[in-house]
This record gives sequence, C-alpha cells and structure tokens, in this order.
Amino acid sequence: MRNMGEVVIKTDKLTKRFGDFIATNEITFEVYAGEIFGFLGANGAGKTTAMRMLCGLSIPSSGSATIAGFDVYKQTEQIKKNIGYMSQKFSLYEDLTIIENIKFFGGIYGLSDKQINEKSDNLIETLDLKNEAKKLVGSLPLGWKQKLAFSVAILHEPKIVFLDEPTGGVDPVTRRQFWDLIYAASDRGITIFVTTHYMDEAEYCNRISMMVDGLVKALDTPTNLKKQFNASSMDEVFFELARGATRKAD
Amino acid sequence: MKQFISFVKKEFYHVFRDSKTLLMLFGLPIVMITLFGFALTNEIKNSKIVVCDYAKDMASQRIINQLEASTNFEIEKALLSHHEIDAAFKSGKIKLAVVFPTNFNNDLMHLNKAQIQIIADASDPNTASTLSSYVTSIINNHQMELMQNNSVPYQIIPETRMLYNPELKGSTNFVPGVMALVLMLVCVLMTSVSIVREKEKGTMEILLVSPFNPFLVIIAKALPYFVLSLLNLTIILIMSVYALGMPFNGSVLLLFAESSLFIITALAVGLLISNSTDSQQSAMLLSLMGMLIPIMMFTGFLFPLENMPMPLQVIANIVPSKWFYIIVKSIMIKGLGFSAIWKETLILVGMTTFLLIMSFRKFKIRLA
Amino acid sequence: MADVVLNNIIKTYNKGATVAVDDVSFSVEKGELFGLIGPDGAGKTSIFRVLTTLLLPDGGTASVNGYDVVKDYKSIRKHVGYMPGKFSLYQDLTIEENLNFFATVFNTTVEANYDLIKEIYVQIEPFKKRRAGKLSGGMKQKLALCCALIHRPTVLFLDEPTTGVDTVSRKEFWEMLKRLKQQGITILVSTPYMDEATLCERIALIQGGKIMSIDTPETIVKQYPKNLFAIKASQMSNLLTDLRINTLIESCNSFGEYHHITFKSEAEKNNADLVAYLNGKQYQGIDIKQITPTIEDCFIKLMNA
Repeated sequence: MRNMGEVVIKTDKLTKRFGDFIATNEITFEVYAGEIFGFLGANGAGKTTAMRMLCGLSIPSSGSATIAGFDVYKQTEQIKKNIGYMSQKFSLYEDLTIIENIKFFGGIYGLSDKQINEKSDNLIETLDLKNEAKKLVGSLPLGWKQKLAFSVAILHEPKIVFLDEPTGGVDPVTRRQFWDLIYAASDRGITIFVTTHYMDEAEYCNRISMMVDGLVKALDTPTNLKKQFNASSMDEVFFELARGATRKAD
Repeated sequence: MKQFISFVKKEFYHVFRDSKTLLMLFGLPIVMITLFGFALTNEIKNSKIVVCDYAKDMASQRIINQLEASTNFEIEKALLSHHEIDAAFKSGKIKLAVVFPTNFNNDLMHLNKAQIQIIADASDPNTASTLSSYVTSIINNHQMELMQNNSVPYQIIPETRMLYNPELKGSTNFVPGVMALVLMLVCVLMTSVSIVREKEKGTMEILLVSPFNPFLVIIAKALPYFVLSLLNLTIILIMSVYALGMPFNGSVLLLFAESSLFIITALAVGLLISNSTDSQQSAMLLSLMGMLIPIMMFTGFLFPLENMPMPLQVIANIVPSKWFYIIVKSIMIKGLGFSAIWKETLILVGMTTFLLIMSFRKFKIRLA
Repeated sequence: MADVVLNNIIKTYNKGATVAVDDVSFSVEKGELFGLIGPDGAGKTSIFRVLTTLLLPDGGTASVNGYDVVKDYKSIRKHVGYMPGKFSLYQDLTIEENLNFFATVFNTTVEANYDLIKEIYVQIEPFKKRRAGKLSGGMKQKLALCCALIHRPTVLFLDEPTTGVDTVSRKEFWEMLKRLKQQGITILVSTPYMDEATLCERIALIQGGKIMSIDTPETIVKQYPKNLFAIKASQMSNLLTDLRINTLIESCNSFGEYHHITFKSEAEKNNADLVAYLNGKQYQGIDIKQITPTIEDCFIKLMNA
C-alpha cells in the first residue's frame, strides 16, 4: 500500500438530519493518505449527503470529522482550499476554452502564473490535447471532458480529491484511461475518494465502504469483502448488501 | 486577490460569448435613451382641434388668429352642428373644440362680456386639461390685450366642458391601459412558458409520439388561461369601478366580447413565442422584456400616441394593445356601441387570425 | 417482415458539423428484445428519435411496422410506445393521474390493457396518490414503463431506462422486460451498461455514430479474434504498466480484480513465458487463466480496431 499511516479523513459518528429524516446515521471511518477509497451505495443511501459534509459544503447535525486535519464545523474554508472536487454533473465551463478553464481554476486555487503555465503545458501534453487547447470545452466529446475535469480538479495538488461518479456514461476505453489518471494521482500521494456505480471500478480501490439506509454496512478491501460475503465479484457483494435496503429514494 | 481577478475575467468571457446578454446589456439602454429622448414625450404638440366660428366677426377672427399662431395645435375650421361635434368626438377625430357663439362680437361690445365654449375629450384627462389650458391662456392673453388698449373691463369667459369624464379622473386613462397591459402580459407569458415547459421536461416528446393531435395540445394549454384571464378581467373591472370610481357607460357584454377577442390575440402571441424557443428562461425573457416595453410605449396610456414622430405612430399600429385600448375607452368611458368600434375590432380579428395561422404553421411536430 | 428496419440512416446536427448517426443499418424482428449498447454520445438517442418520428433523418430510410418514418409518421405514432431518457413524467401529477392521462391521450383506458401492466403496476400501486416528482428512481422507471405500455403498443422504444437507477431496480426492470417480450411486443432498449447486453436477444454495439457489430451476444463473444486471459498479481497498478511494455502482450485492459490480456501470437508457451517474466520482476501470487470474453472486452476490441 502507498504511504499508509497518515489519516487524511477521520469521521466519528457523523450524522446529518433533515427534520425527522436521518440521511447519514453516525458514520465512523478513516481514510489514509494516498489511498483510493471507494464510497459505494445505492441512490438514496446517504452517499451524497456524506460527501457534501466531507467537502465542507454542509454542516453536520452531530458527530465530528476532520478533513486534511481541518475540522468540518469550524474550518470549512481551509477544507475547501485543500481538496479537489469533480462530479458527473459539473466539470468545466462549456463556453470557455481548455486553456481558459485551466487558467481560471488555477487562479481560483491560488496558484502563481508561473505554476499555472507549467501545469497547463503539462496537462495538455499528458492528455494529448495540443490541437484542442484553444477549443471551447463544450465541443469536446464527453470522455475528454471528464479526463480534463479530473486533471483540473487536482491542478493544485490537493491532499484529497472527491470524485462523484466521474465515469458515468463514458465509453469503456476512456473509462480505463480515466483510472490510469487516478492511479497516477494516487502514486503522487493524492488521496482519492470516489463513488461509482461500476462494480469493476470498485475492484481498483484499496478499500471500499458501502452505505445502506444511512449506515456504513461494510468497510474493507475488495478481497476481504468478497470472502466475507462468499461472493465471486463486487457486483454480488453490492447486491447482497443493497437487496435488504428499505430506502430507495432518489 | 488573484483568485478574485481570475473570477472576474471568467465572468467577462461568459458575457461576451453570450449574444443574448450582450443585446440586453447594450441594446436596451440605447433603444430606451433614443426613444425617451426623441420620441416619447408628455408634451402636447400638434393636436387637432376644431374651431366652430358662428360669429364670423372681427372679434372671433382675432382670437382664431392667435390660436392659429400657436404651435400647439393644428386648426381645422368647420361649422359643425352640435350633433356633428358629438360625432367627431365619439370617433376620436378631435380632442378639443372651440365654439364661438353667433353674437360674440355684439356681446363683447355691448355687454363687455362674451362666452367661448371649449369642449374637450376628457377620456384622456391629461391631454384634455393641457389643451384646454393652452386655449384658455390664449383667450386670457387676448382679454388682457383688449383691456389694455381700451381700458374697458372686457370679459371673455371660456366655458369648459369636459366630455365623458367631467371629474377628470386619471383612472379613465390609466385603467384601460393597465387592463390591456395585464391581460397581454399574463396571457403571453403563461402560454409560452407552459408549452416550453413541456419541451424542457421531455413530456412533449411522449405527447408527440402518440395519436393525440399536437394542435390539440396548443388549444388545451391555452384554454385554462383564457378562462382565468376572463376572471382576471372581472376582478380588474370590479376594482376599478367600485374602488377607483371609473365610469362604465357602455355595454358589459360588448366589453367582455371584445376582451375575449383580445385575450385570444395575446394567447396567439404566446404560442408564437413558444415555437421559437426551447427553454423556459428564454420564453420568460422574450415574453416579459419583449412585450413589456412595446406595450407600455405604444398602447397610448402612458404616452399619447399623437405626440410621437410619425414612424413610431406607424409602429404602434402593429401592437394589439393599442387597438384594444381604444376599444375599451370607447365602451367604458364614451359608452359607445359596436358601430363605433367595428374598425378596431376588425383589425384585432385580422391580427389574431394572422398570429394563429403563423403559430400553427410553425408548431413543430418533430423535435428539430 | 421485420418490425423495425433502418437503411443507411444518417443524422447530423449543427448544419452537418456534428455527425451523430453515420450510415446505420439494421433490422429488428417481431417480438425480439434488442439492445443498442454504447456510451453517451454514441448516437443511441438520435437513432431512437428517428425511429419514433421525432427527428427527420438527413439520409437513408427507416420503417416501423412497415410504415415509413417520414411519410407515415402518424401511423407510427399511434402504435409505438416510447420511454425517453430521464423518464419524462408530469412531476406534479400523481402516479394515478399520470397513468390516466396517458391512457386517455392514447385513446384508451387503464382498464382496457391493465393485464399488460398489472405485474409492474402492483409494485407502485400502494403509492398511487403520490406525486411523480417525489418518487424514487426505481418507481419512476416502473411508472414510465406502465405509461408507455398502457395502449398495448406493438413496438416499445426504451431510451436508457436503467440510467440513474439503483442496481436492484435495474435487475428487476430487466426481469419485467423479459416477461413483456413473452407477450409478443418488440422491444428496443438502449443502454450504456455493457453488462446488460447479455440480457438481450440481439445487440448492436454502437460508438461514434457507427455500428461496430450486430448479432446475438453469444455470437459476438465467439467472434472475439483472440484467446483472452485474465491475470492478477500482487501489485495490480504496476502490473498493468509492466504488461503493457512486455513484447508478448498485444492488449491489456484492467477489469477490476483481473487484467484482461491477449497475446500477439497464440503460442502455447506464452503463459509460462509471461509468468517467468513477472517472477523476474518480483511479483507474487500470479494467477493466470483463460476466460470467455465479456461484451465489454468485445466493445474495447472493436473500438481499437
């Protein structure tokens, strides 16, 4: 495992209530530096709510958590400075060019001009986008947008990057290229916190947690989980756990 | 700080790459300044007034000369009977009549006191007051001149009659305009948004791929708003008659019939707008912004149309609310019947037919 | 006569700048469960919209039930069922109201064809007074399917019906489709999920507006040109890199627990050579076995061809 030891995410009985409804119910877990941590669960299980709290976007109802050493109640601004975020719904501004997007986000993350230029060249080189650099992002195919969005999300080399179903609807080849990028980032010590509906992607993670009805019902390596549930694939593990769920909200 | 500048730069990119925003940002102010600066004005100029000179003597002629000299009116001299004057006001051809009685000079010379009758169309109280005060001040000036020259206490008494709206209630001008504005805006906005919403949510796709005649979709969408608008109209009328004291001298049935026609016109405009856009936001922008300004400018209740330069008056003719405004004032304030407004009605019918044909033809039975 | 036929269909957007559907031809037999498999942007939705007469093709011809999609669109619209992506339902109407509305729009009643939708509807019936906007993804899916079936269509078009829905509901949905098929309805389904391909009778693999392959899933798998092996070892990420630079290997793709590899030549001693190479690189727990390709393997192979 890569640089295990340093805890970058730590939650203790983290809870979020909306009136009577407990979206996230006292979840407790730790994530280590450089880990690829898969955060799975059916729609409505409480995944999105949990992620929003971890990103500093939503204040918990009770319990505690620290992200990159910062408290999730009092230091949300510092949390935001030290993390990256990418989701299927939002990636980049469609009416700006690739270069303009990189420059913009670089500026937002507080990078110097020199750093931005360096990283920009690097990024375009890695993704082989030299000919497209001045094109509007909106004109790119979906797969390229997603790869670009990920690279921009880690432009400032954050401690943790949160990925919310980053490969939805993308073709199988591009999906694997995307995971190549994730591996490369993980090798550099960036912790990856990713949710996905593709069970084969669950296998790429160092450890998986599964949320059902607001609770963390499983937390272990894919190998151990398969042993535990006597399953031959993560698909079966997921099905076993999700089948008994009472909550099927969207 | 650097982050802030970065963000500002991005916002500039967004604005310059969105033609709609640019149009509103720059186009709108330019149009408004031009219009308000040059075209729209509350001053009264070149109003048509009719002078009935039964006296035909020196005294009346002197005053008429001064009236003619003024740049505020265009004089039409005609000897009209009372009945003819009445008809002229009813048809909206004249705003003011000055009547010199037969014995004007005699009365002035022998009695030192004579009357001039000023009759004004007060369905537009602002214009009526302004015009009659112009005339009155000319008459007063003349009276002073006479007195100075002859040191005789001449009195020329202008007797002003405000037709249709003796109390000069502002609401008579305003309420019909607001009726036209409200009905048009609501109908256009609601229909266009309703149809576009189906497109946005995707349910329009399912409706199209069904045996349901797509044109019935349009009619089914317009019908509730038709009924609700009539209800709206009733509320406005009740409020204006009982709370604002507006006169209602004509036939209620006729008013509702004409209003129904106008509502259909407005609904047709809404349909046309819905055919040309796929997002609720554009539909709303087009309906509100696109309609609000023309209606406010060209209906005639905020800015009298006669005071606008000719090109704008011509443009005003294609705004349906202009005709409806005339119809409403004729019925409510002047108490006229269909025979007086058949031309305006015909114009509205023509516009509605045209709009309906256009929107049905442009209605897309496919997605693209 | 096939129920659905496409001949050289072309569809472009932006005045020809974007070619969404590039010379596509295929046919679907009556009563078949046909899958259109491909990622976002492959052209699936455009094809469906041409077939349901919502878009005019820029080239080629197509027919549904023998009716031409351009000339006889009215007849087609009377007899097909359509479920667009994102389950377009009236959010502020209840389940019951939605169903009744669509039944009426299709000139029928809920009772008339209730037998067809009964199995599906009973699952959501307890919630029939709930507004569609407040339903879970799985329930919306079932409601949308009922609304598409309520007039007993001869052909059913389902555009990405399983996207955005939880895994359990997805499995249930395919069970429902299989039972519908038994009623003789021709069903065309589009999906980006490769694992759902095996649930169809025949599939078309589509990418970039072009059909890469059409056949039964079994046949497509049989057509995989090489022997496919699954391999795993201690350090999967490094393994991937090392396999790719190895001269024996033709292709290597990660597939979760295992990597799938093909060799350049089909020599018997390939496995042994490879294991020796990996041992030399200090890998442990090397496990290599031959496997049957999945549809995803075939898709990747065809994409890279």
